[in-house]
Amino acid sequence: MIEFRGVTKQFPDGTTAVDDLDLVADAGRITVFVGPSGCGKTTSLRMVNRMIEPTWGTILVNGADIMDHDPAELRRGIGYVIQQAGLFPHRTILDNVATVPLLLGWNKKQARERAAELMELVGLAPEMAGRYPAQLSGGQQQRVGVARALAADPPVLLMDEPFSAVDPVVRESLQDELLRLQSELGKTIVFVTHDIDEAIKLGDKVAVFRTGGVLAQYDEPGVLLSRPADDFVDNFVGRDRGYRGLGFLSSDGLPIGELATVSVGDAGPSEGWALVVDGERRPLGWLDGGTQANGAVTAGDLVPGGSLYDTDSGSLRSALDAALSSPSGQGVAIDGEGRVVGSVSADEVLRALADARRTGAAA
Amino acid sequence: MNWGWIPRNIDLVASLTWEHMVLALVPVLLGLAISIPLGWLAGRTRIARAVLVPVTGLLYTVPSLALIVVLPIVLGTRILDPLNLIVALTIYTVALLVRSVADALAAVPAVTIAAATAMGYRPFRRFVSVELPLAVPVVVAGLRVAAVSNTSMVTVGALVGLGGLGRLFTDGFQRDIPAEIVTGIVLVLALALLVDGLLLAIGRWITPWTRVGAGARVRAGAAA
Repeated sequence: MIEFRGVTKQFPDGTTAVDDLDLVADAGRITVFVGPSGCGKTTSLRMVNRMIEPTWGTILVNGADIMDHDPAELRRGIGYVIQQAGLFPHRTILDNVATVPLLLGWNKKQARERAAELMELVGLAPEMAGRYPAQLSGGQQQRVGVARALAADPPVLLMDEPFSAVDPVVRESLQDELLRLQSELGKTIVFVTHDIDEAIKLGDKVAVFRTGGVLAQYDEPGVLLSRPADDFVDNFVGRDRGYRGLGFLSSDGLPIGELATVSVGDAGPSEGWALVVDGERRPLGWLDGGTQANGAVTAGDLVPGGSLYDTDSGSLRSALDAALSSPSGQGVAIDGEGRVVGSVSADEVLRALADARRTGAAA
Repeated sequence: MNWGWIPRNIDLVASLTWEHMVLALVPVLLGLAISIPLGWLAGRTRIARAVLVPVTGLLYTVPSLALIVVLPIVLGTRILDPLNLIVALTIYTVALLVRSVADALAAVPAVTIAAATAMGYRPFRRFVSVELPLAVPVVVAGLRVAAVSNTSMVTVGALVGLGGLGRLFTDGFQRDIPAEIVTGIVLVLALALLVDGLLLAIGRWITPWTRVGAGARVRAGAAA
């Protein structure tokens, strides 16, 4: 757990970077600091390992005041992933990852064995071990950065805009990878980003900062989307927040309707839409009964379907999207194995949303 | 030309070559040892840099012969003490290297230094194991200039009777032995090329990361 108590940072030129911050980052969860540039999010992060010293206030890491530690020793106990990875260009990947264990006084062999384990954990092939950072792609370098931060198994991990310098596709896979790692490791993570979508995807809780280092709102992402504290947060969270907020509402209890299905080779319906499925009841596409000539359904008759709604893990957002993107207006609901179980309609999703509002799950 | 002079004096030529090399290279090592802390200091504050880099650079403009003549008075050494030459050349090396070291250290990416700090390096260890290694390519380039310049400048010492291959010039000139003069010139040139090549090779050997894959940005020491 990381606790900020009345923390203020003023720089010598008089600017206030962080203004009286009170915040608790829960143990074992991901807390995201997000906001425009100059909002104090990175300064707040860097105060945790004393890269920047607070002017006033107290920061506790797992109950201990950070000012009671020698800064270098404090930092060896806190993982840090920096922007653009910040790898040491003159060291091999293996030695980059082994940095903190070596600083802690492990012998070289132990440190390298540990580094090899970490490389595997973050999905780096063993043959990368002897390469230099310049030989790796941006995404691979970021993985090394994460491995290096985790090498000494610190309980706390600070991540300073780690994925901002990679392209969107790689960023998305790094985000997924981080969530997978976190589900295994359960670290206390503070993650800084200027990207609200990244914040909402990764954060168990999200702290929105405004310019001048003031905490504007600190809530779970679903609450942030449904009940922004003020106009600043509302603007910052951005457009479509109502729709995106559906992603945080469970679709449990959403009624699954009947759905007409046919197989390739069967006779199609004379009117209305039917879903064409394969022998395992997996969806292949839609058939418009009004336009299809009488006789057996062929692959050429298929109209591409929309997104699929997974009843095992889906949210109201995926259910609504399935309905809206389907040519028939009926969203295709599937089970965990991808087999069609029925249909969902936009009306039912909106009704479920109204129920959720009534019971207080959303504003 | 009487080339027979060479085989008759081969022992002299060999010992002068050795002496020349020592006189040229000891100041390079001493100058490097002095330039690293000065270059580090120059990188600490803008004022230190504004003073140190031009002042040390100015030293290079002091005429070498004047320096060799004045140093015995300053150091209290005899005029024929090789120490005079070693000190003079060390000064020239410092004049050339402080800027190289300061520039090389300034070119280490801020994100790399911040990462090292965040990993838990204390400042001295961070300097030795992160900043200095990354400065090596630029420092070696400066070192090569200093070493070649020293190798040629040692010959000036012969004018006040100090050792090195320059003595082949003065002696050959006074006794009118052209082969001796030519031998001196060729050997100084060869020595300069050898020292330069050696430093180049050492520099490459200790910076394997500059020779991999993605080219220029690594050579410049950037991690971004």
